[in-house]
Amino acid sequence: MALNVRKDHASRAVIVHAVLLSYTLIALYPVFLIVINAFKSRKGIFREPMALPTTQTFSLSGFEKVLDKADFGTYFFNSISVTVVTIVVVLLLAAMAAWALSEYKFPLNTALAIYLAIGIMVPIRLGTVSILSLMVDLGLVNTLTSLVLVYVAQGLPLAIFILTEFMHQIPKDLKEAARCDGVGEFKIFFAIILPLVRPAVATVAVFTMIPIWNDLWFPLILAPGDGKQTITLGVQQFIGQYVTDWNAVLASLSLAIIPILILYLIFSRQLIRGLTSGAVK
Amino acid sequence: MADLKLDQIRKSYGAVDVLHGIDLDVKDGEFVVFVGPSGCGKSTLLRIIAGLEDITGGDLMIDGDIVNNKTPKDRGIAMVFQSYALYPHMTVYKNMAFGLKLAKTDKSALDQRVRAAASTLQLDNLLDRRPSELSGGQRQRVAIGRAIVRQPKVFLFDEPLSNLDAALRVQTRIEIAKLHQKLKSTIVYVTHDQIEAMTLADKIVVMNAGRVEQVGSPMTLYHHPKTRFVAGFIGSPAMNFTRVKITATGAETVTVEMPGGGTAILPFAVPAGQVGKEVELGIRPEHLELNRDGDLPVTGEVEVVEKLGDSTYLYVGLPNGDRVTLRAPGHSRVKIGEKVTAAADGGAAHLFDENGKAFTKVNCPAEYSADE
Repeated sequence: MALNVRKDHASRAVIVHAVLLSYTLIALYPVFLIVINAFKSRKGIFREPMALPTTQTFSLSGFEKVLDKADFGTYFFNSISVTVVTIVVVLLLAAMAAWALSEYKFPLNTALAIYLAIGIMVPIRLGTVSILSLMVDLGLVNTLTSLVLVYVAQGLPLAIFILTEFMHQIPKDLKEAARCDGVGEFKIFFAIILPLVRPAVATVAVFTMIPIWNDLWFPLILAPGDGKQTITLGVQQFIGQYVTDWNAVLASLSLAIIPILILYLIFSRQLIRGLTSGAVK
Repeated sequence: MADLKLDQIRKSYGAVDVLHGIDLDVKDGEFVVFVGPSGCGKSTLLRIIAGLEDITGGDLMIDGDIVNNKTPKDRGIAMVFQSYALYPHMTVYKNMAFGLKLAKTDKSALDQRVRAAASTLQLDNLLDRRPSELSGGQRQRVAIGRAIVRQPKVFLFDEPLSNLDAALRVQTRIEIAKLHQKLKSTIVYVTHDQIEAMTLADKIVVMNAGRVEQVGSPMTLYHHPKTRFVAGFIGSPAMNFTRVKITATGAETVTVEMPGGGTAILPFAVPAGQVGKEVELGIRPEHLELNRDGDLPVTGEVEVVEKLGDSTYLYVGLPNGDRVTLRAPGHSRVKIGEKVTAAADGGAAHLFDENGKAFTKVNCPAEYSADE
């Protein structure tokens, strides 16, 4: 009997891991293809797109082309600043809103939470036309500010939703102990609540940053002008109607992975579990 | 340090009243314990004193000031929670220092206060640990330490020992008693455990269904319960109750008809109008003695025997179906199924009318009295 159970357990584990592994392969393979082809000559890319770079096909011409263009530094800078500023604003506003929604009872509390949840369901791109005319009226076209504003609006609903759930889990006694301890509400939020929801904040940061980094739509519409392009827009200049410079496209895409990877590694370090253990029994 | 006064405190959640006008005086330096069954409103009352719940009606005074609308931090209280509620991301030292640091206390004074509290509670070696690295008893001591460093006017304890195991509970209980002797501070303590209440309190407040049943010293509640509820709640094992009929009343005695037949004459002042009424007679297990004669005889068959070493509890079934608990000496060899007789003095009895109110006992013998 016991042996059977153990066998069942083992075979289940094998199946689960097989599924997870194949999913990982499917997800990573395109990235892998981009990276290996970025290190190949044009001929190498077209003759054997699946092959690893060999001594004959190895070439850094794509990277040379990309780095020769001085603009690329600007594109990186634009993408990074838009992403980082957005993350900071989204996290701060979402955490504060989530704290208010979960902790304080006020009229229309639930209505407000539902209103924000609707923001998760309605794609922001539906409003592109009115967003564009709004930005024109505000004189923000071709600025990074316009992108930050749109991305903050796009990221807030889900961030608030996730953080509210986490804040509900913080024991009530902890907040009340702090209040008895003479801790002000702002201090409770910044010194006690925020450190406790740090794993959730890191999760939300990752959720928020990836669509922003990858977005082509809003940079194309709101800030396509010189000096304001983001990296995704920058890559487009190598894609022509008749000729596409694949070396440069693949090289720039490979480079574009690096900053977001670094940001991800920073946040994933914060995803420590069990931080609340020891607060209450 | 200060006195605390509750004047007709009421609390409702919507249409549900949970506290129906609580009056209470707590003197400076007094150790008061709220005790009662779950849902009697004792924790709510404590949270009202702390300022964590709004007051629906009445006044709350700390040190002579009405503090109804003051926030917890302006009331000069410190609270110790059942769940400890330590800040998990801070060390023991920071947990204790946090409140003071925000109050901009001078750094050396702060350090001194934290270290003094730590040495009182034997936490000196644990100051750099985090709560997750402490045992339950240590966590509770840190929570108490956090309260001590604030030097509050009133300490509030909300069932602080409920999460500890039995041995640690006794030990921490003694520590709290010693702490009170040392600090001489006003303490309000909530528990559902009547042993904690009896051992710690200067004054016990027995609560039931949002009302105060009786306030008094532990011995007053034990010997002179004003209601049947208090009589049943205080004392372990609980008091035995049986229904009896009043057949005659005198100036200082009352004659009742016992359930198994026979009558007993008891020293109570009962109004003549009560003759013929059914009332409730209470007698504590420890006041029943095996194999003797007394005003209140009991005969029955032993159903359950509980040997505790120092004493043996016998659960005796009476002929009329009632069951009586009685305490026998630890060396008692009584077996299940055996027929036993026991008796108690009339002075040990308690008599309650149909509304659960106690009749006044007259000429109460010293051994059954709280008077010193």
